[in-house]
Amino acid sequence: MMHLPNHWPYIAAAYGLTIGCSLVLGIGAALRLRRAKTRLAAVESQLRHRESSAS
Amino acid sequence: MRPTPYLLHRYANPGQFLRLARALQPWLSTGAIIFLTVGIVWGLFFAPADWQQGETVRIMYVHVPMAWLASSCYLGLAICGLLSLVWRHPLADLAAIEIGPVGACAAALCLITGSLWGQPMWGTWWVWDARLTSVLVLFFLYLGHIALIRAFDEPARGQRAAAILALAGAIDLPIIKFSVQWWNTLHQPDSITLTGAPTMSMTMLWPLLITTIGFTLGVAAVIFARLSAAIHESRTRQLMARSRLNRSDRSAA
Repeated sequence: MMHLPNHWPYIAAAYGLTIGCSLVLGIGAALRLRRAKTRLAAVESQLRHRESSAS
Repeated sequence: MRPTPYLLHRYANPGQFLRLARALQPWLSTGAIIFLTVGIVWGLFFAPADWQQGETVRIMYVHVPMAWLASSCYLGLAICGLLSLVWRHPLADLAAIEIGPVGACAAALCLITGSLWGQPMWGTWWVWDARLTSVLVLFFLYLGHIALIRAFDEPARGQRAAAILALAGAIDLPIIKFSVQWWNTLHQPDSITLTGAPTMSMTMLWPLLITTIGFTLGVAAVIFARLSAAIHESRTRQLMARSRLNRSDRSAA
């Protein structure tokens, strides 16, 4: 059988980069969505409170 | 069957879109995690080594899905450009802003994993081959789109310019697809086509299909989450602007 050199560092780098970038994108999107929802809820409740106190 | 414009206008309503995204999100995320775990473990540890490439063939299980996603995301950008220019679809521009960086990541990963395969197999990180060059052009088109859509003080102008760029740049997609047939390239021809039988063993094809489905579901989940977040952020900005307006009206009175 033909002997092939060890190419595992290249394979590990390819998988590491792809999985790492996918995780950063996925977790980043989930955190951004949670932050956006929390901020919208806070602004809405602040406005409701201000409108009720004004009336 | 409902005509297409009806469906377009139905999901032009951000509220409708958020309801759809909320319903789909758990299925997309769970599907992505399951398919990716199975596909990556299968591809890394259980799929056979190639008789010519040896273990390096395993890079294919992440490289091919990234190539597919880079092209599909750009097709998504072009469709958003068309929807924005022709129907003035209110979510199309927002979707284009959110799809751009995800597609650029996929294109960059496709180029990097390709180089990581090329170094041990071809003995070089890069060649100015038609397939590699056309994917590099796709990556630059993504960068151009990301820059252009944010380049103007008036967002509508940037969105219009970016939509035109997305539509014009779509010409690169058939060039990428057919580059290996039109030119004599170092990059191997397609192993999977719609018309013919695959030219690779089923023991390699299955993990490749599973990782491709997994990454596709994952990217769909990420785009849905980013678009939902953008809708929430836009609503927050509108509410704050309205509140500032009311306050200045009251102080003027």
